[in-house]
Amino acid sequence: MHSNLEQAELRLPVRISSIDGGHEVRARLATMGLLPGAILSVLNRGPLGGPLLVEVDGTRIALGRGVARKVLVEP
Amino acid sequence: MILALVGQPNSGKSTVFNAVAGYKAATSNFPGSTVGFTSSKVLVDGREVEVVDLPGTYSLTGHDEAEREALSFLATGEPSVLINIVDASRLGRSLELTLQLLELGRPVVVALNMVDEAQRKGIEIDAAALARELGVPVVATVARRGLGLVELFEAALGAATAGTRPRSPRYSREVERAIHEVEAVLGAVRLPWRVPPRLAAIKLLERDPRLTAELAASTPALAGKVEAEARRLEEQHDWSSEQVVCGERHTVAHALEEKVARTRHAHLGWRERVDAVLMHPFFGLPALIGVMGAFFWLVFGAGKYLEAPLLAAFDKLGAWTGTMVPPDTTTGAILQGAILGIAGGFGIVLPYLLPFLIGLAALEESGYLPRMAYLLDGVMHRLGLHGKSVVPLVLGYGCSVPAVMATRILGSPRDRRVTATLTVMIPCSARSTVILGLVGAELGALAAIVIYVVNLLITAGLAVVLERKSRAVSPGLILEVPDLRTPSPYTVAARTWIAIREFLAIAWPMLVASSIVLSLLQISGAEAVINRGLSPLTVTLLGLPVAVGMTLVFGVLRKELSLMMLVQALGTTAVATVMTPVQMITFALFVVFYVPCVATLAVLWREVGWKETAWITGLTVVLAAVVAVAGRFAAGAIY
Repeated sequence: MHSNLEQAELRLPVRISSIDGGHEVRARLATMGLLPGAILSVLNRGPLGGPLLVEVDGTRIALGRGVARKVLVEP
Repeated sequence: MILALVGQPNSGKSTVFNAVAGYKAATSNFPGSTVGFTSSKVLVDGREVEVVDLPGTYSLTGHDEAEREALSFLATGEPSVLINIVDASRLGRSLELTLQLLELGRPVVVALNMVDEAQRKGIEIDAAALARELGVPVVATVARRGLGLVELFEAALGAATAGTRPRSPRYSREVERAIHEVEAVLGAVRLPWRVPPRLAAIKLLERDPRLTAELAASTPALAGKVEAEARRLEEQHDWSSEQVVCGERHTVAHALEEKVARTRHAHLGWRERVDAVLMHPFFGLPALIGVMGAFFWLVFGAGKYLEAPLLAAFDKLGAWTGTMVPPDTTTGAILQGAILGIAGGFGIVLPYLLPFLIGLAALEESGYLPRMAYLLDGVMHRLGLHGKSVVPLVLGYGCSVPAVMATRILGSPRDRRVTATLTVMIPCSARSTVILGLVGAELGALAAIVIYVVNLLITAGLAVVLERKSRAVSPGLILEVPDLRTPSPYTVAARTWIAIREFLAIAWPMLVASSIVLSLLQISGAEAVINRGLSPLTVTLLGLPVAVGMTLVFGVLRKELSLMMLVQALGTTAVATVMTPVQMITFALFVVFYVPCVATLAVLWREVGWKETAWITGLTVVLAAVVAVAGRFAAGAIY
């Protein structure tokens, strides 16, 4: 079942199945280790509709909600 | 000889730079490029070399301005050796950049930085094994404590002399085939760029926007062939081609990491627990307000403590000189002007500027700025801004010049324009000396804080208005949040010194010179004419003493001048005896907003063009007048 990263449960590892959006976003995410197949988990949701804090490869990355919606994940 | 420091953001690249450049050489903008990279002359083994600090970049694909500039510098063939700063605690990801640097065909030396941090996380890396795998020298360093840096630069000199070109990394068969095909296609033509063909092929397969556009413009026929290869990769993998290439690099880099690194249990401690509070969904924002409150309280406290005895000493000196050489003669005027200029720099500006810069350096070093961006992104989005805008805005409290330059981290021109406009509204440290040294010192810390809050609210309001003016989609935040670090005194000192040196070498002499000019204008009667000319603004509209007119003119040169000239124009350091609280608040509000200083105007011109600069300048004048008049009446109701 595919859902986007914004809907993912906190601290539950998920696998990226694909990434929507333009070349720019995909390429930028790829350089930070957010590639299809990568396993990540959402640590926190930022205050007042702020970004998600995700962890991938031991690195923490803040992802705006708009970007997070483009990242499709599976359990 | 030029050594270029290259690394991903937060790899400690600037720490390495500050450690070697900090105390000795003058940093300057790098000549010949449109932007300044910070560079410095450094002595290595008795040889003078030029060290260039390139903007941090995750990859050699140009996504934002800073990355594009780093890439074009690397591609133009100037640096003799690339010193690649690698974060040992994130080896796999850091090596993804290293693998690309190896393709540049230039000697590479890897600095395995923050090995102490890696050990704390339980990661042990075999530097010799990594050197064997990569085929380039690897030196373990802890830049914030200066460890391994001598060895690093010696290795870099050695690599430069040997001139060894590193071998390119190899990828999987399909990717290698695609690279090969594109390379062969490119070999047929002379290309307008100087990137080695293999790297150009890789970047074209990644659909690097600039290279693709350049190829399409010069030889459209080839662009089609490149696109066909990219398509084939996509069909084979069912991913987009940049994901295929990045994914390959990712796999190779992480396989390397597994070969050379061993992971044991981590020693996590208080920093992780503090961080959990700082990043907390509920406590994060109150903590942010606490951090900023403590910051200004400490700066103000230290400044006040330093200011009083210094000023008293200079007052005595001025009075004593006055009895020796009468101040109404030309020599006397020059002497008094010079003393006031020196006193202003030493007694008024430095006491606030120094603690401010130390605090800002510590805040930057600790890694709190990206946390602020994370916490405020929600709010910023509501204002129509990007979360990353927080970084230039916070830097704006230090100095508008680097803050305007920092808008380069924003991808879209629209975000850059809006953020640059807002950045100049933020009171820089020079304007903070006016707020703290005038309002804070005379009316108390609370009044100073109110001015900061008013400024912030108006800037936020302006953001909403500007957003409406240029409606476009703001791309979302993608920002790495590095580990929290204890700022090292050494690095903080180096950063502060680089910032304060600018004041000592440029601003202070200017203060003294302007002070002398003002003295001469005073005794020749020219000052009165200029002040009278400005009196519709200063006296009628703002209700200030007529003498402040001249100070506002000087303030355009350097914002500190406004406060210092005020002291001189009024003829006393005891400002409270000649200005009412309402006048001080009105003056401070006007100074905070009106016309950016000449240095900021110059950098704005370069970054956003003259039209936008003129527009911003006009806006600041109108805004300053409106806010100051409103402040005049609001303060009038209170005092």
